Amino acid sequence: MHSQSFDITIRNLSKIEGHTDLDVEVRDGKVTRARLQISENKRFFTAAAVGKPALAIHQIVSRICGTCSIAHLMCCINCVENALEVTPSDQTKRLRDLLLYGLNIRDHAMHLYLFCLPDIFGKDSVLEFADEGYEHDLVHKAFDVKSAGNDLCVLSGGRAVHSPFPQVGGFMKTPKKEDAARVAATLKKVRDAAREFVEIFATRDASFDTETTYIALRNDRASYLEGELYSSEGICVGRKNFRDYLKKRVVPYSQAPGFEYRENPYVVGALARLNLNRDTLHPRTRKDLAKYLGMFPSKNIFHNNLAQAIEIVHCIDSSVDILESAEFKDEPRTVVKPKRSEGVGVLEAPRGTLYYNLKIDDAGKVSFADLVIPTSQNQIKMDKDIGVLVQDRLDRGMGRESIPLEIERLIRAYDPCMSCATHFLKVNWKEAGRPRKGPFSGDTKKGRRLSGPNLCDQSS
Amino acid sequence: MAGKLRVGWFTFTCCEDSSIILLELMNRHYFEWKEKIDFRYCKMLKSKNVFDGFDVAFIEGAVSNEREREKVLEIRAKSKYVVAIGSCACTGYPSAQRNDFSPEMKERIREFLKKWDLYENVQKLDQVIKVDDKVDGCPMFENIFIDRLNRYFREFGIEETKAGGAP
Repeated sequence: MHSQSFDITIRNLSKIEGHTDLDVEVRDGKVTRARLQISENKRFFTAAAVGKPALAIHQIVSRICGTCSIAHLMCCINCVENALEVTPSDQTKRLRDLLLYGLNIRDHAMHLYLFCLPDIFGKDSVLEFADEGYEHDLVHKAFDVKSAGNDLCVLSGGRAVHSPFPQVGGFMKTPKKEDAARVAATLKKVRDAAREFVEIFATRDASFDTETTYIALRNDRASYLEGELYSSEGICVGRKNFRDYLKKRVVPYSQAPGFEYRENPYVVGALARLNLNRDTLHPRTRKDLAKYLGMFPSKNIFHNNLAQAIEIVHCIDSSVDILESAEFKDEPRTVVKPKRSEGVGVLEAPRGTLYYNLKIDDAGKVSFADLVIPTSQNQIKMDKDIGVLVQDRLDRGMGRESIPLEIERLIRAYDPCMSCATHFLKVNWKEAGRPRKGPFSGDTKKGRRLSGPNLCDQSS
Repeated sequence: MAGKLRVGWFTFTCCEDSSIILLELMNRHYFEWKEKIDFRYCKMLKSKNVFDGFDVAFIEGAVSNEREREKVLEIRAKSKYVVAIGSCACTGYPSAQRNDFSPEMKERIREFLKKWDLYENVQKLDQVIKVDDKVDGCPMFENIFIDRLNRYFREFGIEETKAGGAP
């Protein structure tokens, strides 16, 4: 086996979001090259944003990604509100929570139940699941959970993709009481199914331990919108300072750049969130899933999928509480006056931390846009792990015919989104790798140790 | 597979929002469509895709380089009908927004276009191949998609799908 020399080439990987190719080269039993080539064609959204009205730009950047559109939309709104010093109402904050919970239910369910589940059952596709019995029931449950997430997005955002209701300062429309009750009932109905999927992903026979730093927002209720960014070393990275720690790396064979944190690869996403926030999940989730939460913190990248399955239950529990306790009322629209300013927006998208930095000119138009996308942050680590995984499997005597599926499973564990990753214009080829000063690099509240859920809270 | 509509679902330069809508429509229609549609090629759902001929090819996204143009031409040659899905396929936009960049901005992106062999201008689908039908919208309008799908179910003697878009 160790004397083998061969190449693995996969064009247009399936059951992931977007387009990507893979090349692996093995010589004399050693991996000499492993390249994930994001082949999604660039659409230059950060360039297109320049000159557009700051109060409308969220609907444009939403089109960066169909899957994560709500995350882009909300992060952009958060960024513009911070720039223009707009404080959303409590009701607006709760509706935004609901929208992000709905997104995570829908998006995780799609990825786990439609893309990853076939790997566990040794099938190519969910389409191959049996037409009756256990497998048939499982597919029913998969679509039921996914549908409940979709319902929640429609309730709060008006649509699950490119939601029309969220605006800078509030929402165009408020949910009706009876609709909120209906969606709460639907969510409660699918909770057992979501728990069943947690069990499936917890008992999955897949392991790949990887040493790295994890980064995620941390707050006292595992909200995707609030709190501060922390690293798994317990360092408060901070929202505004986050970009100071990052270096953009040109990946010469990929249309998307990668990022390093303090000159090292790092990981964002559900695994990072569970590693940092398992103590702040919804109390019902913590109680019912205690057995599985004991598996975190974890270095096993396949536990990213388990973390996603657990997050679905957390999102259901958190949403039901809001829907059953909130009295949604029509609120007057916030009048927002654009001015020359700069803002940062940060939230946890399904695939990890999403960062926006926008500058606004005197006319209220965007004059600069810089985005840091979850998949770009994971890309360098994912690339390295593919090489390490292939070497590990070869050393264990795995045949070359089994290697491509192993790689695909690893990539689906990371859950990359190629549509998001390739929006960029701003890569400076000559200066690639040089430390970049962020927009607020003079700020000093950074580098504190983690000992509570929200210790280094900064205005953002 | 006799009696099923042989379908290919393809995506090119776009954000794949209409693909997400298709998956959301499946929340309601999956089991019905599984009986009526043979998904020959659908990268979202399967790895073992077959590129041998389609009754209907649904194409989401615009065309922005030669590799995509060649693939789209192949799809056309193997398909009885081609349906453009979503705004990028039907109009080019928003993927074609760079066609309208200022001369200065176009100069800034020129290096990228060259490096990745991207066209100077992004093209909508019917600039490259003959398109039989369109489902516009960003993302696609669910009810129009259902309407077009039913048109092809009727054409190929298959019972129409029940009305109703994504829940």
